[in-house]
Amino acid sequence: MEHTLTKEEIRQEKNLVYKKTNVMTDNILSYCPGCGHGTAHRILAEVIEEMDIQDITIGVDPVGCSVLAYNFFNLDMQQAAHGRAPALATAIKRLFPEKFVFTYQGDGDLAAIGTAETIHACNRGENITIIFINNGIYGMTGGQMAPTTLPGMKSSTSPYGRDVQMMGNPLKITELVAQLPGTCFVTRQAVHTPSTVRRAKRAIRLAFEYQSKNMGLSFIEIVSNCNSGWKMTPRQSNEWMEANMLPFYPLGDIKVPEK
Amino acid sequence: MLRMKKELKLMKGNEAVAEAAIRVGADGYFGYPITPQSEVLEYLMAEKPYERTGMVVLQAESEVAAINMVYGGAGCGKMVMTSSSSPGISLKQEGISYIAGAELPCLIVNVVRGGPGLGTIQPSQSDYFQAVKGGGHGDYKLLVLAPASVQEMADFTTLGFELAFKYRNPVMILSDGAIGQMMEKVELPEQKPRRTEEQIREQCPWATLGKPKNRERNIITSLELDSLKQEQVNLRIQAKYERMKKEEVRYEEIMCDDAEYILIAFGTSARISQKALQLGREKGIKVGLLRPITLFPFPEEAIAKLSQKVKGMLVVEMNAGQMIEDVRLSVCNRTKVEHFGRFGGIIPSPTEVLHALEQKLIGG
Amino acid sequence: MAKVIGDIVIDIERCKGCEVCIPACPHDVIALAKNVNGKGYHYAETINDKCTGCANCAIVCPDGVITVYRVKI
Repeated sequence: MEHTLTKEEIRQEKNLVYKKTNVMTDNILSYCPGCGHGTAHRILAEVIEEMDIQDITIGVDPVGCSVLAYNFFNLDMQQAAHGRAPALATAIKRLFPEKFVFTYQGDGDLAAIGTAETIHACNRGENITIIFINNGIYGMTGGQMAPTTLPGMKSSTSPYGRDVQMMGNPLKITELVAQLPGTCFVTRQAVHTPSTVRRAKRAIRLAFEYQSKNMGLSFIEIVSNCNSGWKMTPRQSNEWMEANMLPFYPLGDIKVPEK
Repeated sequence: MLRMKKELKLMKGNEAVAEAAIRVGADGYFGYPITPQSEVLEYLMAEKPYERTGMVVLQAESEVAAINMVYGGAGCGKMVMTSSSSPGISLKQEGISYIAGAELPCLIVNVVRGGPGLGTIQPSQSDYFQAVKGGGHGDYKLLVLAPASVQEMADFTTLGFELAFKYRNPVMILSDGAIGQMMEKVELPEQKPRRTEEQIREQCPWATLGKPKNRERNIITSLELDSLKQEQVNLRIQAKYERMKKEEVRYEEIMCDDAEYILIAFGTSARISQKALQLGREKGIKVGLLRPITLFPFPEEAIAKLSQKVKGMLVVEMNAGQMIEDVRLSVCNRTKVEHFGRFGGIIPSPTEVLHALEQKLIGG
Repeated sequence: MAKVIGDIVIDIERCKGCEVCIPACPHDVIALAKNVNGKGYHYAETINDKCTGCANCAIVCPDGVITVYRVKI
């Protein structure tokens, strides 16, 4: 039997399977078309909605493209100086151990200027969640080389490709923090396909659950694209990311809590 | 009637800050060791305020991290503080600028040592400019208190928090290695309870405590990309400074009524200058002392008034001449203003000060 | 055998035409419109009735502009 439901009959509240979470505001995202930031924001907001912890969650956002994240999360948020988000989050969590605290940071913020704050928050085992967006470039300032820029990868400050002899090697800070006793959950995810989004969201959910059990710091890297900085279309940038970023930054859990 | 016995203790200035912070009900201290202020953190760690009042104490990985922890705590409406000494305070400037820009209350204690660079660990007043002219980037000011005794180290910890919350602005106690390290008798305040979350919600409706359903989200930021709005932020901040100038000027005058010469000095220099004043009076010199207690706002009017009737003013500082600029701006050439300073960690002696007064103003 | 049919509603004024939803759809339901929205973006639109309401497009949409409905018949 052929179905004969009209669009109006399908578009009923009872048939709703997906709509934007209320933990995101209605402000239009300031990110470029196709940027993974929007997806990463949304799944983080969905986890907060599903756990019903909006009223006890405080977020800290960085300097970089996501400096304005407080315009998009319908949450109480603090905007940190470049790289300092884990220091703010440390104090907030220690002053309010019963609340949920996360930082949302990019690669330049977290792995260059904020390396000290990152490593020491991880090493102290602060009960916070760090969401780390790695797109291998400084997006907001115009596509300069980041600590995570791949060898040979072009950027506005490595216009002939990253020469590791001259410019040093990309920093796998996620593997590094996994070595520290204070981290309980360290994982690398992506958000460019339906299945990677689902896995990344599950990881964020786990991180918040570990936070509620005071298990230590959860560190979630999300390998993402920067189509403007990489000078590609959004779809090309996702394909380039799969072909080039993911072999260097392989997806999956690096450290999980002991059972 | 029962007479309440005052609680007196013999303490270092640094310890007095720490104990007063616990007693005023501070919620958090975030610090990093540096001579000559490490006793603040050491005292707090030994005293376990987390058991006494629930106050958080944390040794951060750097001064930069410590001031940003203060930013995070202050953004939640908590009563938080840090302390350091000159090179460490330089590192904190980025965070202080953000705190001032985001209009958050906090207390910063600078137990000054001589500079520039790593300089010396001996006391100095060479961070006056940094403290009163802003210090970091952008148009902002700190409310700056200058203690001259261990008692004032304790008193200004209480007062500093009060003013920080009154104006939603960082307050700095500009002390020095001498006052931080010296031991004196100090009368301690009674223990106050820390504020509850409900009280914070009431006192600081802007604080990020988690967004309840019934209010808009709270955002702590110093960013405003719309220049018209950023100008309004600046105007609002400047208006606060004007209000401070009207309401918060504090200073002490000693024997200024009949004085022909005025010594102007703060902190340790004021203690030395007070002795120089006595020596001068013994020699028949009519000398008075004006001690600014708030360095910003500066006691401009009091100095202007004195400048109309005296023959000269000597600004005594443990630096190469910093506060003298504010004195001269207040005096507007109505009287002669000279400077006497020792620096690099040297505290001048009272006879040196008196000698300078005689040479630069009386004889000259 | 139970069959599902679905439909999506795209907030075309918020859509930036990034096309990330297009390869995510298992039934090739979405394409970019010839027309543009108020910001000048060619927005995503549905081009057939094969939607099953799997929500793949919505969960990869960076701007969260897609609402998904699904009915079992």
